[in-house]
Amino acid sequence: MRKLPLVLTAAGLAAAPAVASAADLSVSVELPRISSASYHRPYVAVWIEKPDQSTAQTLAVWYQQTRNNEGDGKDWLKDLRTWWRKGGRAMALPADGVSGPTKAPGRHAVTVSAAQLRALPAGQYNIVVEAARELGGREVVRVPFRWGAANTGAGTGSTELGAVRVAVTR
Amino acid sequence: MKKTLAFLSLAAVLAAPLSAQAHRAWLAPTSTVLSGNDAWVGFDAGMSNGVFIPDHAAMRLNGLTITAPDGSTAQAENVTQAKYRSSFDLHLSQPGTYRVANVGSGFMASYKQGGEQKRWRGAEAEFATAIPADATEVQATRTDSRTETFVTLGEPTDLKTVGKGLELAPVTHPNDLAVGEAATFKLLKDGQPAAGVDVTIARGGTRYRNNPEEITVKTGADGAFSVTWPEAGLYWLGASVRTAGVNGQPGSNASWNGALEVLP
Repeated sequence: MRKLPLVLTAAGLAAAPAVASAADLSVSVELPRISSASYHRPYVAVWIEKPDQSTAQTLAVWYQQTRNNEGDGKDWLKDLRTWWRKGGRAMALPADGVSGPTKAPGRHAVTVSAAQLRALPAGQYNIVVEAARELGGREVVRVPFRWGAANTGAGTGSTELGAVRVAVTR
Repeated sequence: MKKTLAFLSLAAVLAAPLSAQAHRAWLAPTSTVLSGNDAWVGFDAGMSNGVFIPDHAAMRLNGLTITAPDGSTAQAENVTQAKYRSSFDLHLSQPGTYRVANVGSGFMASYKQGGEQKRWRGAEAEFATAIPADATEVQATRTDSRTETFVTLGEPTDLKTVGKGLELAPVTHPNDLAVGEAATFKLLKDGQPAAGVDVTIARGGTRYRNNPEEITVKTGADGAFSVTWPEAGLYWLGASVRTAGVNGQPGSNASWNGALEVLP
């Protein structure tokens, strides 16, 4: 059984590279506070994209884990359009260590060990973060990084996403 | 202008409910890409000048054929025919791609009797006895029409070709279309590549812009055509192939109309 150590608390994640865990790749995702009379937490997907824009591996998907009177949480995974098309629709969900509940505004970290990425050849990739919100918009942020040596990258969204930071520690 | 429209309407009524002569036949889904364990999709079907704008005639759904991903036939629910559009729902209960088509075929003939032009429409088997013995200039035509769309729950699955009439054979999956990307399809007539056929591509929503922004592409020798989607939206595609009858054999008129959704 593979388990990705998902760090769920917002505290201390501003300095994502310093997260105290066995993380060899960490992604810090900021969900901005959005003033809306009908705010719903966004669906978010985080994945590693190859240079040809195909998907190497999905690291995290945050979505409603239950069924409510409007339907099952998986009914709206398609709204993460890019992720859905690039790999989400081929996954069996929930995926162990990948699926998680939606998150509140703030910073959230996704941390992955080298063992969990052993199938990933060294090279240049993008971390892609996509957020889609009910009665809101959708945004995709790409952050280039190198796998195989320590490096960092950063990007930022303008509507549905804030800062996205990527740190590779080895 | 009014007279022209009235004439066009008459022409459309004379043409079979499925053939797109003056008006375009369309079968429009409420969504095409779905996730979850199951899903519902609604469909509207009509014939009109502005595609997906129900303002002329509802489509008769006599030939509605829904093929589920496993090849079985799925049933439409809540079927209604309103003034300008027909509607129905489909419950997607298995993952994969559904083909939703309204298919029609028929036989028609025109001839002269006593100097007067006449038309006949019916079953091919009745043709020989239905035309008067003193008819001259008899021209018979087999008609095949297919108006269809595709919807997918989960991962898209391959579509089997039908092999009759004019149809779209996917190279690019019809539920895997994104703005700015190129898509390729093949047009087949009775299972064979339909070469040199004009395909009209029109994005919906013409009421809210002044330029119809239609695209016309021609199929190659292998029946293939490509389009790079300029905008997201629901697109109508239409093509028809007419073949004149020779040596007493009937001609044919095969048409295909599709609705494909391009996502941002």
